[in-house]
Amino acid sequence: MINVALPKGRLGEKVYDMFERAGYECPSIKENTRKLIFENKEKGIRYFWVKPSDVSIYVERGSADIGVAGKDILLEYAPDVYELLDLNMGKCRMAVAGKNEFYDDGSRTLKVATKFVNIAKKHYASKCRDIDIIKLNGSIEIAPILGLSDVIVDIVETGKTLMENNLSVMETIVPISARLISNKSSFKFKTEEIEKIVKCMKDQVRTDD
Amino acid sequence: MIDTRLLKNEERAIFTLRALYNKYGYLPFKMSKFEEYDIYVRNKDFLVSDSVITFNDTNGKLLALKPDVTLSIIKNTTDKAGCKDKVYYNENVYRVSPKTHQFKEIMQTGLECIGDIDEYDVFEAVYLASKSLDTVSPDFVLDISHMGIISAILDEACDSLCFKKEALRLIAERNIHETEALCREFGIDEESKNAICSFVNMYGTVDAVLPELDKLCVSERAKKELGDLRSLCALISKTEYKNNIHIDFSVLNDMSYYNGIVFKGFLKGIPEGVLSGGRYDKLIERMGRKSGAIGFALYLDLLEELNTEKRLYDVDTLIIYDDTVGADKIADTVAELTKNGLRVSCQKAIPEKLRYKEKVNLCKEGR
Repeated sequence: MINVALPKGRLGEKVYDMFERAGYECPSIKENTRKLIFENKEKGIRYFWVKPSDVSIYVERGSADIGVAGKDILLEYAPDVYELLDLNMGKCRMAVAGKNEFYDDGSRTLKVATKFVNIAKKHYASKCRDIDIIKLNGSIEIAPILGLSDVIVDIVETGKTLMENNLSVMETIVPISARLISNKSSFKFKTEEIEKIVKCMKDQVRTDD
Repeated sequence: MIDTRLLKNEERAIFTLRALYNKYGYLPFKMSKFEEYDIYVRNKDFLVSDSVITFNDTNGKLLALKPDVTLSIIKNTTDKAGCKDKVYYNENVYRVSPKTHQFKEIMQTGLECIGDIDEYDVFEAVYLASKSLDTVSPDFVLDISHMGIISAILDEACDSLCFKKEALRLIAERNIHETEALCREFGIDEESKNAICSFVNMYGTVDAVLPELDKLCVSERAKKELGDLRSLCALISKTEYKNNIHIDFSVLNDMSYYNGIVFKGFLKGIPEGVLSGGRYDKLIERMGRKSGAIGFALYLDLLEELNTEKRLYDVDTLIIYDDTVGADKIADTVAELTKNGLRVSCQKAIPEKLRYKEKVNLCKEGR
């Protein structure tokens, strides 16, 4: 039996559809119930929904053999897992954004507001730029508007929210998409099953392209 | 007589492994909990975690609670042609857990073979690593890889250190999509790109993977390194563990310390590697020495995660007595029951959380 941690929400549903098309269906998951775990014994697969940022924890700790997590989460928390496949969905980018008129002349410490502290630190460390990190948990876009920070480091999908708030992308740090990850130990003991899933999912990624 | 049923997995492993390592000529090595901090500063990248607990000794010298045992063992060995220092240890080390970001005491047992290392010594270390895992559970996998092969393939593909560092990280992640992208970014030719990506995908028993490696190792240097792995594999194939030992190039260690064979052990039911080891001649060289070295450590603290039989009761018999019952009567009852292998607890009242199978009441008013 392969345990799969799926991220709750729209992306998770799309990911499940992909698993279904790849031949790992579990019809009960689409029933409107309060159940959290869904199993298809015949296919040897068990799905469960978890908070997107927790997927990598379930996989790293072995409660899930595989899971689907955003590259943003993998970069931020650097879990000790295998990253087996880019699912090419949930595409966006990690970017630096600021007020349209903001210009960083590099003369003083840059105030950076973000949910992704490690990604931001690593990005500016690579440029030897002195920064003051401000960790926020949501509504990051408001920080430069209210003068809390000079810039933000956040996920940008269409850029619409930024535009409506007179903010713009100044720099792309890294492209983001959903990745299929695996627990390292599970991979050793369920190699055949996991490799088969990866192959079937890869075919789906190609079809979707 | 020790009742082995009462031993925890890690305790049982310590006893069994001590006998195993002794049998193969490894001598016990007991070391101090503290070490001069300086040695860790000079070899910082060799340590699993960057942070070290430090304190000042009474003479002002900066000491550290050991984050590693290998460096201390190397200090206590000497180079001598034809000879080897073979030691085993059972020590606690203090490291920051990558999961909790807090210091953790980790119980380790392992061995080091330092000196004039040859093909047999490498095989012996890999064999004893397999045997160590088998002692804990027969459901194990030992993944082996070869730093020399990977290094040769990457060096031939590109001179850039940055490329090499990134490629190693991605191979360790089995991340084929980003490896392809990295190769494109650095303008790696198609043939080299395919070879590197094959290493990312490669996984299986020695017999299954060696023919694939044959096709990939075409340069003289790569062929020579493959020859090293092939000799080890030939010896492995003759052992009872040939199906447990897999070739997996995602097992990688720092190239500035490790060379040749590196390996990692997994037990079914434990979500992370429980054993780690490899050949570290380069570390010895950095310490100004000429010897070769190979060793491994088994992380005993992880063994408590293995499924163990859950006990339904804390004791078999709960003996209840009061002031009217003489101590001799209690002692006789306890002697009688424990003689038959039962676990007993003598109490005047029933403890709230004690789980017992049966109760014996010695009080006058009832039994």
